[in-house]
Amino acid sequence: MEQYRLHVNGAEHDVVDAWLGESLLYVLRERLGLVAAKGACEEGECGSCSVLVDGHLVCSCLVLAASALDQPITTVEGLAERGAPTDVQQAFVDAGAVQCGFCTPGLVMAAHTLLDHNAEPSETEIREQLSGNICRCTGYGRIIEAVQRVSVARREATP
Amino acid sequence: MGVIAPLSLDDAVAALSAHPDALVLAGGTDVMVEVNGAYRRLTGDETVVAVSRVAELRSWTYDPVAATVRLGAAVTYGELERAPLAELLPALAQAARTVGSPQIRAAATIGGNLATCSPAGDGLPVLAALDATVELLGPHGVRQLPVGEFMTGVKATALRPGELIVAVTLPVLDGWQGYAKVGVRNAMVIAIASAALAVDRAGPAIRLALGSVAPTVVRATAAEAFAADHVDVAASSVDDATVARFGQVAAEAASPIDDHRSSAAYRRRAVEVLAGRLLRRAFPGNAA
Amino acid sequence: MTLTGTATGRTVRGAIGQSPTRPDGVAKVQGTFAFSSDVPIDGARWGMTLRSPHPYARILALDVSGAWSIDGVAAVITGDDVPGKTTYGLITADQPVFASDVVRYVGEPVAAVAADHPETCRRALDAIVVTYEVLEPLLDADAALDPATPPIHPDGNVLRSQAVRRGDLSVTGAVVVEGTYEIGMQDQAFLGLEAAVAVPDPGGRSIELYVATQWLHEDRKQIAACLDLPEESVRLVLGGVGGAFGAREDISLQVHTCLLALRIGAPVRMAYSRAESFLGHVHRHPARIWMRHHATAGGELVKVEARFVLDGGAYASTSSAVLLNAITHTQGPYRCPNAAVEGFAVRSNHLPCGAMRGFGVVQACFAHEGQMDKLAAACGLDPIEMRLRNALVTGDTLITGQVMESVAPVARCITETAALPMPLAAAATDAVMGRPGGAGLTADATHVRRGVGYGVAMKNLMYSEGFDDYSTARCVLADGVVTLKFATSEVGQGFVTIAQQIARTVLGVETVVLEPIDTQIGSSGSTSASRQTWMSGGAVDAACRAVRERLFEHVGETAGLDPLRLVVDGDEVADSMGEFRIAVADASSGRRFDETVEYHHRPTEELDEDGQGNCHTAFAFVAHRAVVDVDAELGLVKVVQVATAQDVGRALNPLAVLGQIEGGISQGVGLAVMEEIVQVDGVIRNANFTDYLLPTFLDMPTVVATLIEEPDPQAPLGAKGVGEPPCISVTPAVVAAIRDALAQFDGPDARPRAIDRIPVRPADIALA
Repeated sequence: MEQYRLHVNGAEHDVVDAWLGESLLYVLRERLGLVAAKGACEEGECGSCSVLVDGHLVCSCLVLAASALDQPITTVEGLAERGAPTDVQQAFVDAGAVQCGFCTPGLVMAAHTLLDHNAEPSETEIREQLSGNICRCTGYGRIIEAVQRVSVARREATP
Repeated sequence: MGVIAPLSLDDAVAALSAHPDALVLAGGTDVMVEVNGAYRRLTGDETVVAVSRVAELRSWTYDPVAATVRLGAAVTYGELERAPLAELLPALAQAARTVGSPQIRAAATIGGNLATCSPAGDGLPVLAALDATVELLGPHGVRQLPVGEFMTGVKATALRPGELIVAVTLPVLDGWQGYAKVGVRNAMVIAIASAALAVDRAGPAIRLALGSVAPTVVRATAAEAFAADHVDVAASSVDDATVARFGQVAAEAASPIDDHRSSAAYRRRAVEVLAGRLLRRAFPGNAA
Repeated sequence: MTLTGTATGRTVRGAIGQSPTRPDGVAKVQGTFAFSSDVPIDGARWGMTLRSPHPYARILALDVSGAWSIDGVAAVITGDDVPGKTTYGLITADQPVFASDVVRYVGEPVAAVAADHPETCRRALDAIVVTYEVLEPLLDADAALDPATPPIHPDGNVLRSQAVRRGDLSVTGAVVVEGTYEIGMQDQAFLGLEAAVAVPDPGGRSIELYVATQWLHEDRKQIAACLDLPEESVRLVLGGVGGAFGAREDISLQVHTCLLALRIGAPVRMAYSRAESFLGHVHRHPARIWMRHHATAGGELVKVEARFVLDGGAYASTSSAVLLNAITHTQGPYRCPNAAVEGFAVRSNHLPCGAMRGFGVVQACFAHEGQMDKLAAACGLDPIEMRLRNALVTGDTLITGQVMESVAPVARCITETAALPMPLAAAATDAVMGRPGGAGLTADATHVRRGVGYGVAMKNLMYSEGFDDYSTARCVLADGVVTLKFATSEVGQGFVTIAQQIARTVLGVETVVLEPIDTQIGSSGSTSASRQTWMSGGAVDAACRAVRERLFEHVGETAGLDPLRLVVDGDEVADSMGEFRIAVADASSGRRFDETVEYHHRPTEELDEDGQGNCHTAFAFVAHRAVVDVDAELGLVKVVQVATAQDVGRALNPLAVLGQIEGGISQGVGLAVMEEIVQVDGVIRNANFTDYLLPTFLDMPTVVATLIEEPDPQAPLGAKGVGEPPCISVTPAVVAAIRDALAQFDGPDARPRAIDRIPVRPADIALA
C-alpha cells in the first residue's frame, strides 16, 4: 500500500493505504472528493480528466498518482471560488456550450490553458489546442464561440 | 517497492540496479493506458522508477560545431513541437505536432516513444531517417546504439535489464526534411502509415524511413539507393517519373499487415504515395 | 390552435422563444453537477461484472469459490441469485440478467462481485472459473434468415420480418436504378460512462437506485420484476446523465447493482470502464439495404423496391421498432405511389443492437439518398431538382397508406439549404490544418478536390404502432414561485431549460424551481424518438395551463371578474377587457395551486401484413449540404462545411436547437467517415477511444444552419422534436460530396465509383 502527499489547489493532501496503480484521476475523485475531473476513456483520448500538473495541461488518468509528488496540481475546483464562475466558465454557460456537461470541466481547463498562452487565438488555433477534448453532445461550435467571446472580452477589458 | 522518484541520473541508475524489474515511468502516456486497462497488472509489490524529474533527462543541448542535438530522454513532444527545438529539428517538430493531443504532448517523451517502440511511434521514422543514436546507461556504463539497432521488433528493443534510455542524439542537417502521417482523423490518431524524408546535402544523401508498415520503423534503403542514382541533391528539381518510381521502390520496403485499423494493401499504397510526395516537397521543381 | 404565449406578447425574461441559459449550467462548468458516477454515498462497495469472452458458448461449469477467498470481497452473484424474473427486455424479455446455460455475445454478463476497491473486484473476477464449450457463432445475417440454421435462442433467429406493399407492384419506370448500401455498426459513445449506486433500505424489501438512464419508469418496471419486488418498492432517482443517444434505453447495470446491494444489505456502486461500456450497451444496427427505384423520364418516382436486413445481434432489444422505422421511411421525404419493401431484423452472435439517435432512419436515409442521386444522374437532373420534383407536401400519402398530416416544408428545407453561403477558401495560414490529413501533412493543395453533396430526410417523431405513449408533469404555483415536477430524463438535450421557459410563458413567473427527477411522479416516457419537447413539453404546458385556470378562477372570484376575461400579460394577470391587473406573485401570495397532468398524443395503429396503417404520430424534415475536400490517392476526407435547413415547427430555445443541430451533425459526420465498431469472428476489436474514432475539434466542419419555423398544429407548443433529424441526412450528404469530389479526379466520362458503404474508409477511396 502506498502513502504519499499531493499538492492540490494550494492545499496538501495525505494519501494513505492507496493501491500502487491508482491514477491521479482516481485519487482526485475517490480519495480527495474532487469529482470535477471525469473519467470517460482511461486512455488519454478524451480529455475529460484534464488537470494542470506543474503548470502543464495533462490527462490525469495517465498520471500515476504516487509519482505526482512535489508538483502543484490544479483542478476545476481550484480555478475559482464556488458560485463565482470564471469568465471562461460563464462564457460556456452563456454561449450554449454546455449540454450534458461531462466533457465540460476538462474543456474549461483546456480553454483556460489555451487563453493563458494565446490571448487572441484564431479559430484554427482554438480547434488545435482543444483537439484533445472530445465532446459528443455539442458538435464543438458553441464551445469555439465561448472561447472567442472570452478572448474578445478580455481584450476589451484591457486598457 | 512503491515509487522511487530520483532527481539525478546516478540515483536513477542506482534504483534500476537495485530493482532490475522495475517499471520505468516517464510521461505515462503508454504505461498508464496499460495499467488503467488492466493489461499491465500491478499487484502492489512492484517498484516504479519515475524518471521525469531527473534534470539530465529533461534537458537538451545543441552542439553547433558537431551540428548535433542531444535530447534527454524525458524531453517531451510538447517541447519538440516548439521553438527552439522545432527550428533545429523541423521534421521531428512536424511529427511531434501529430502526437496525440496537447495534453498528451505535455507528458509524452521521446524516450518513452523509443522504449515502447511501436512500429507506429510518431517520432520514430524521423529518428530513423536522421540516423539517430540512442544512448543507454546501465550498471555497466554507457553504450550507444544506432536507432535502427535499438528497435528490434514489435514493441521490442535492445534495452538490457537495469538499463535506462538517457538520450537521443540527432544531426542537424543542411537540407530539406519532412514528415507525413496518415490517420483517419485529424487529432489523437495512431498512424496507419507514415514516412520521414531527410536530405543531407553534405552527404550527399536522401534518407527515407517508413512507419506502421513493418515490425519496426524501417529505412527504405532501396529507395535511398535509387535516389542516390537519380536525384541531384544540389538541384532543386526532380521529374515526375523519378518521383513516381521512388515511391514504388519505397513501398517495396514495406511488409505491412492487415489489422483492425487498416489493410496491408492500403498501407503499401499509402507509403508509396507519401514517399513520392515527400520527395516532391524536397525538390519542388519539375524537371520534365 | 392556441400557441402557448401571452395575449400581448409581453413575457417575463426567459420565456419561450428566447435562449435563457440552462439551470444546471453553472454547476456543470464548475464540476459540482452530480453525474451518476459522482453521487457520494459513504461506504459504498464497488461492483463489477464478469463477462463472456466468447460470442457463442455453452456454460459447462461456473465456479465462484475462488472469488470468495479474496480479502475484501463482500458478494458474488450469478444467475442463480436472481429472485424474480430472470430475463428482461424493452419489447421482449429475452435477455438474461446473467447467462446461466449459454452465452450469446462477447461481453454477456455471467456473474458479478462486490468488494472494497475496484482492484479487489478485478482480482475476484479473475478468480472465478467458467468452463465454456465454445460453439460455432452465427455471424451472417443471411444465414440467420435461413430456416435451416439452428436457432441460437429459443425465440428463434428472426426478430421481426415485415413487408410494406402498396399500389401496383407490377408497374415499372422508364428509368430504373438500383444499389446495395451497407451501414456499419455505430456506437453512441456518450462520455458519461454507465454508473449507478443502489442503496437498499434496512430490511431489504425496498431499494433506491441512482442511475443515469433515459426512462426511469421503464427501468423500474424491469428491475422490480427481476428483484421480485413491487414497483413502489424500487425508487429510481435520476443521476446526472452524461449523454445517451439511445444507449441508455436498455437496462445495463441496474439489476446487477441492485442485486449486489440487496445481497450485502449495504450500498453498492457500479461504474463501467470504456471498454466495458462498449460491451454493456446496445449499438446502432448494422444493415444491408438493397433498393431499386423506378421513375418517369422526367424524374418522378413511380415505384420503390427494397430489402432491408438489420443485424440485431444476440438479443431483441428494440430491433422490431427499429426495423419498422427503417422500412416505413424507404421512400424518404418523397412522393412514391407504389412500393414493395421487405424488411428483416435478425438475431446473431454479434453485439446486441437497439436504439441510437435516428433509430433505423439513418440507415434507410443513406440508402434512399444514394438512390436519389443515382436517379438524378440517370434522368439528367441535378440532385436538387430531382428532390424538389418529388418532395412531399402535407396531404400526400406515404407508402404505408398514412397521409402526411404534419406540416411538411420539404421543398423549403431543400431550397433554403442550397441557398446558404458556401464556405470560403481556406486562409493561407490555415491551409495545412484545413486540408485532408491536417497536421499529418499528407496533402498539398494539388492533391485535393472539393465536392458538394446533398441529403434530405424525413423522420418520424414519438413512438409508433399503437403504443399509448404519454408524459406526466406536475405544476405548483405558490407565493409567486412555480415548482415543476417531472420524471423526464435530462440527458443534456436541455429539457430542463425549456420546461422553465414554458412555465414562465404560461404563468408569468420568472422563478421556476425544478424538483428532483425520480419515480415519485408518473412516467414521462423515454428521452428518445425526438419526443420530449412534444410530450413532456406538452405535459408541462398542460399542467401549467391547469394551474393558470385555477389562478384565474381565484383572481376572478376575488376581483369579481369572469375568469374567461383574464390573461397573463408579462408578470401580471390582467383583465383583457378592462383595467384590472394584479401581479401573479401577489395573486398567488398565501395560495397554492397544484395540478398534475398526463399528456397523451393521438392514437396510432399497427401495420397490417402489407405494412399499411397509420403507424406514426408525426414527422419532421431536414436537408443537409456537405462540402468536402478529398485527397483521392490517400482516401482522406476533410468535411469542410455542413449547411442545413431544419423543419423545427417552432424554436422554443433557438440556441439549444442550434446545439442539437451541431451535435447531431457531428455524429452524422462520424458515421460518414470514421465511426465503426469492428467485430471479427464476433469479437470486438476496438472497444476503446483509441480505435473507435469520434470526430475531434479538428474534424468537425463549420455549420451554417437555418431554422424553418412553421408551427405544427398537432404539436402542443407548435414545436417539433429536433434531436434526431440533424444526424440523419448529413451522412448521405457527406458521402454524396465525396462521390462528387472523386468524379472530378476521374473526369466526366469515367464510371462513377460506388461509394456505398459507411463509414467510408481511406481504402474504400484509395484502392477503388
